[in-house]
Amino acid sequence: MSLGLKQLVTLGRVPCVCNLQVIRRLCSAGISQSSMEHEKPVESLIRKKLAEAFEPVHFEIINESYMHKVPKGSELHFRILVVSEKFENVPMIKRHRLINDALKEELSTHIHALAIVAKAPSQWKNQDVDIGKSPTCLGGFGI
Amino acid sequence: MSAVTRLFLSSTRPTGALKFIRATFATQPGSKEHIESLIKDKKLVVFMKGTPDAPQCGFSNAVVQILRFHGVNEFDSYNVLQDENVRQGIKDYSNWPTIPQVYINGEFIGGTDIMIEMHKNGELIEELEKIGIRSDLLDNPDKQA
Repeated sequence: MSLGLKQLVTLGRVPCVCNLQVIRRLCSAGISQSSMEHEKPVESLIRKKLAEAFEPVHFEIINESYMHKVPKGSELHFRILVVSEKFENVPMIKRHRLINDALKEELSTHIHALAIVAKAPSQWKNQDVDIGKSPTCLGGFGI
Repeated sequence: MSAVTRLFLSSTRPTGALKFIRATFATQPGSKEHIESLIKDKKLVVFMKGTPDAPQCGFSNAVVQILRFHGVNEFDSYNVLQDENVRQGIKDYSNWPTIPQVYINGEFIGGTDIMIEMHKNGELIEELEKIGIRSDLLDNPDKQA
């Protein structure tokens, strides 16, 4: 996957979700991974911790902070998709608890909201499942 | 003051004060006992940000809308923004880090993601049946969200 500078600049102008999806794909393709760690410390940490805990066959993360009344570049609201063998035959509430436990420290410090989609590979089967989008923010700062 | 009265006061006052202190601590906002008192004997309770008519968070609003979609318009709710102790206490009680939280028959069911999933896979209809609520979806299966 190679993109020219012109294309990247053009992509940068594409608003919100479309743009995020492109960035997500670029990141999952390993592009600018090192610079991402500096610019997105919380996202990198979530990625690292979940990779260690669940060895996911597929993982996606979207920073949804832009949907809320928080400073630009904030890392407070996230939506994640984790597809892991470890979720096979595990009830949904238990999967969520496992993820919450793996991110316990971050949830009590950095993360304000975390939407979780946790699937077993048998429920995934390489589908390009849309992990959705969180509801519109109705709160003020920090709510 | 008679000796009998003095004896009565000295023996009852500390006990009364102790009882008062115990009662105060037992119902301290956000304590396990307080949370239990909020969900005990209630069919359905939603701990949320804001109220069902004026949610102050998109996730809380989503839970209210799902319930309404199933025809559940009347249910107990608690606005955690009114009390920081309950906001933290409910997270400790369920060992669940986020709001909203839904309780059916005193049992923690989940937050928004789980309610959405249960709505999609039909489990929510069964959960509502357990507390004697017939989901609107059973009578109007073609109802659109």
